[in-house]
Amino acid sequence: MTRIIEVMTDILQANETTAADNRQLLAKYGVTTINMMSSPGAGKTTLIERTIEALAGSMRVGVIEGDIETTRDAERLDKYDVPVVQINTRSTCHLNATMVRLALEKIDLSGVDLLIVENVGNLVCPAEFQIGEDAKVVVLSVTEGDEKPLKYPAMFRASTAMVINKTDLVPYTNFSLAEARANAHRVNEELRIIEVSCATGEGIDQWVAWLTSLRRRRKD
Amino acid sequence: MGCLADFAPETPEGLMHELSICQSLLDIVLDTARKNDATRVSRVNVEIGELRGVVPDSLTFYFEFLTKDTMAEGAELHIDIVPARKRCRTCGAMHLDEGDGVRCPLCQSTDAELVMGMELQIRDIEVE
Repeated sequence: MTRIIEVMTDILQANETTAADNRQLLAKYGVTTINMMSSPGAGKTTLIERTIEALAGSMRVGVIEGDIETTRDAERLDKYDVPVVQINTRSTCHLNATMVRLALEKIDLSGVDLLIVENVGNLVCPAEFQIGEDAKVVVLSVTEGDEKPLKYPAMFRASTAMVINKTDLVPYTNFSLAEARANAHRVNEELRIIEVSCATGEGIDQWVAWLTSLRRRRKD
Repeated sequence: MGCLADFAPETPEGLMHELSICQSLLDIVLDTARKNDATRVSRVNVEIGELRGVVPDSLTFYFEFLTKDTMAEGAELHIDIVPARKRCRTCGAMHLDEGDGVRCPLCQSTDAELVMGMELQIRDIEVE
């Protein structure tokens, strides 16, 4: 005999439960966490380098690097005096809460104020998976084109802030900063937009100011 | 210096996010069926918000693949796409989210919050 059983359960409930555990653990240690996402090559790792340099002496940074293969990103950050854990997802296109949970166990959280989780380079899948972050940040680089927020709306809708990177290249491309901003606000009107060039350092002060205000808001 | 550690966590994950989502879906379906002493699952009804970025065909493909040799083998996966809806913060009316600068049809306000269109849930299952 056929029966209907009501379920009404969120499909990603298991991941969200683990993410909530992560969030609780990070809050216990007073760690502010950002989930940094972008397509490959947008400059996430370089932005993290500039961030570590700019925050030296004011905020203790920790980094979790997510990549499908290799420890190259973690090796790049090895010259800084910050804890870095590399996650290799093998074939998986995103980090999930369980992977991050296992990485958190390898970091002394009492020595970290700001944890930056660099997600796998991918403008689609990482948007679906909470990891226990305080804020999602999407990095869009000038060379990708200003229409990306319209083409990949889920990522821009899920994010709290968008960093437009490689602004020093604007004169050499048909990228319009105004158009990129307008497109991003079409899918997420509350998105905070920060323009930077990791090559020249322009705008990094704005980015650091945003991180500082995020940390202050989380602590209150 | 830094403290470099490399590891590849053993998680039941796959290549695309639809595979991860489908595995979570099936875990919940089989768990619910077992708890209700079912012997077979014949249909699974899910609701996916249109803004969620999940490809229904991809989910159906993985569902067939993952249900093999389980009590949900052969079950129909029925997907309802939930349209995006906004609620006007000025007058409270619900209206379709048609993207760019959408205005409330009643009071013309553009101040609205998204209230539907981000669902990803199992509504119910049919079992024997």
